[in-house]
Amino acid sequence: MRTAPDRVHLATDVLIVGAGAAGMSAAIAADEQGADVLLVDRSLIGRGGATVMAQMTVAVALGEEQPDDWRDHLRDTLKAGRGLCDEGLAALLCERGPDEIRRLDGWHVGWARHADGRIRAAQAPGHDRPRCVYVDFLSTGPAVSRTLRGQVQRQERIKRVGDLCITDIVVADGVAVGAVGFSVTDGRAVSIAAKAVIIATGGLTRLYARNSASANMGGDGYALALRAGAELIDMEFVQFFPIGHLAPRLIGMDPIMWDPFRYKLGGRLLNAQGRDFAADYGVPEDGRYVAPRDLLTRAILKEVGAGRGSPAGGVFLSFQHVPADHLREAFGPVIDRLAANGIDLTRQPVEVAPIAHYHMGGIRVALDMKTAVPGLLAAGEAVGGANGANRLSGNAVTEALVFGRAAGNTAAGAAPQGAWRDEAAAEALALVAATGPASANTAAVISELQSLMNRHVGPFRTVAGLQDALADIRRLRAAIGAAPPGRPGRFDTARLDWFDARNMLLVAEAVASAALARQESRGAHQRDDFPESDECWAINQAISLRGGKPVLERRPTKAAAPA
Amino acid sequence: MTETATLLIRRGAPGEAESWSRFDVAYERGQSVLDGLRRIRIESDPTLAFRFSCINANACKECMMRLDGKVVYACTARLEPREMRLEPLANKALIRDLATEIAPPDERLASFAVKPSG
Repeated sequence: MRTAPDRVHLATDVLIVGAGAAGMSAAIAADEQGADVLLVDRSLIGRGGATVMAQMTVAVALGEEQPDDWRDHLRDTLKAGRGLCDEGLAALLCERGPDEIRRLDGWHVGWARHADGRIRAAQAPGHDRPRCVYVDFLSTGPAVSRTLRGQVQRQERIKRVGDLCITDIVVADGVAVGAVGFSVTDGRAVSIAAKAVIIATGGLTRLYARNSASANMGGDGYALALRAGAELIDMEFVQFFPIGHLAPRLIGMDPIMWDPFRYKLGGRLLNAQGRDFAADYGVPEDGRYVAPRDLLTRAILKEVGAGRGSPAGGVFLSFQHVPADHLREAFGPVIDRLAANGIDLTRQPVEVAPIAHYHMGGIRVALDMKTAVPGLLAAGEAVGGANGANRLSGNAVTEALVFGRAAGNTAAGAAPQGAWRDEAAAEALALVAATGPASANTAAVISELQSLMNRHVGPFRTVAGLQDALADIRRLRAAIGAAPPGRPGRFDTARLDWFDARNMLLVAEAVASAALARQESRGAHQRDDFPESDECWAINQAISLRGGKPVLERRPTKAAAPA
Repeated sequence: MTETATLLIRRGAPGEAESWSRFDVAYERGQSVLDGLRRIRIESDPTLAFRFSCINANACKECMMRLDGKVVYACTARLEPREMRLEPLANKALIRDLATEIAPPDERLASFAVKPSG
């Protein structure tokens, strides 16, 4: 093969794109099977993505807080999913979850424990009992990331490369044989030949102006999968987290931080008149905070829409009824971080509003995490199906760990089905090296996309809004043109934004198209013009790319395999 | 009249002559320096380079830089209605503008003994 002087070519058994919990779990599993692994991330290894942001809890039927069974966890998962879960994937998540939590425990992740040594579990909304383990205080995600990172670093066979942005999967004769991207550090083109490729890039919350995501959660894995020929599923179901922090400005804290304190202390949600309003929408709150996310999101946005919201456009969350010493005990050092932001919970409520938090949809896989494209697998939030129309709280990290392990095992065990050919990578390499005009400010394009997605493709949708969104998406796509601005260089943020915008616009089109087609309301997808759920729509929508356009197809929801 | 924060930012890559850019951003109480930097990219200069990932949570620890000579996280340093001088970390290799090489050495592409596949 002839390689351009400014191109780097690597080869590995298993290429893993994304180094959050799913990617790192996959790497550890593949290594255990004896495979050489290349773990790449567009950010730094184990620091970007959603895992490090997951300050909250992990749902798992350990049975230490009180007796529990994974089948009960599964029942709650399926119920939250509003009839659309791939039951096999959901069962895998629930059944294997305890193994992964104990594996992390063995690696000293630091799960909060009772004095007698039992791992503590909190009760989160939608669960029939306390089932959500955590690391105090607000440290679950960072602790999980750090622990997995420590394991990954110990393995000789796992090579890690950060600051490497993957732009396309390379498919030769219908088989995924590697990937192409560029080094963020110096702009050089990079090609990687692999016997199997695992997409573990997380979700798409960066598509929305109000989100709880890292900067790199722009849905790039969905775009990679689509362009490679794989199918996506359930793309219309974007989970909004009901009580994301809105005001006053709070820095150095994850905007979803209020949730565990509501579990512990029962913070009150109040409208502008200081009244508990959730019950008005049939959402059972009564101080116990058990309402599923989709219902609470709906109640909050309806209250804001009725003109009874807070000044910043959300509702109030108040802990003023909780004695100061209880607050101190529950919040720990977080109380001081709040004080540094000028927030005294004994004296004032904060303002909260729904923010984009997680994507139920994603890449369609079988139980072994294989996609429709041989050689291409997915893991974690990048996978669609396990959570149906609404994810049960606490299932995201469990899913990352369980699906990551499954994908790593499959990828390491599979015989290679194709071989790298430079010609198959030529188009992707040409794009990485392309020098386009600096016609649009790509950062501004992304900002505009985020605003329009929030406005038209948020939790509440209408035919007119979705059509506007699709027209705007097409306009923005024309604005960014067919090539990245300038020439490859060092930490070129404008080019990086262009590649992000290219993916984000494709994924936004997939979400809006699926939302437009689904003429009913279910879970995280609420249509103001079709407010009821419709049994005819107890099916999934799959999306694939044909001639560059996303095409929708209906698929029967997968029931559990017969026992 | 609205107050402004003025960010005076050291620009460029290794080997280039020292240069600085000055940006005025609307000052809003409570915002972070990172909020200001992100706004500059959207409003005036998308080529401005700096690292960040988690945006807000001080979880990823990627946004380290120097503010008026002191090392800070841009996501927790407050924007102030005055001139604020931003420079890349002094003890790390410069990549460009405010972005420095903070990855562990064995996690850099350059660390691979890569042979061209020709």
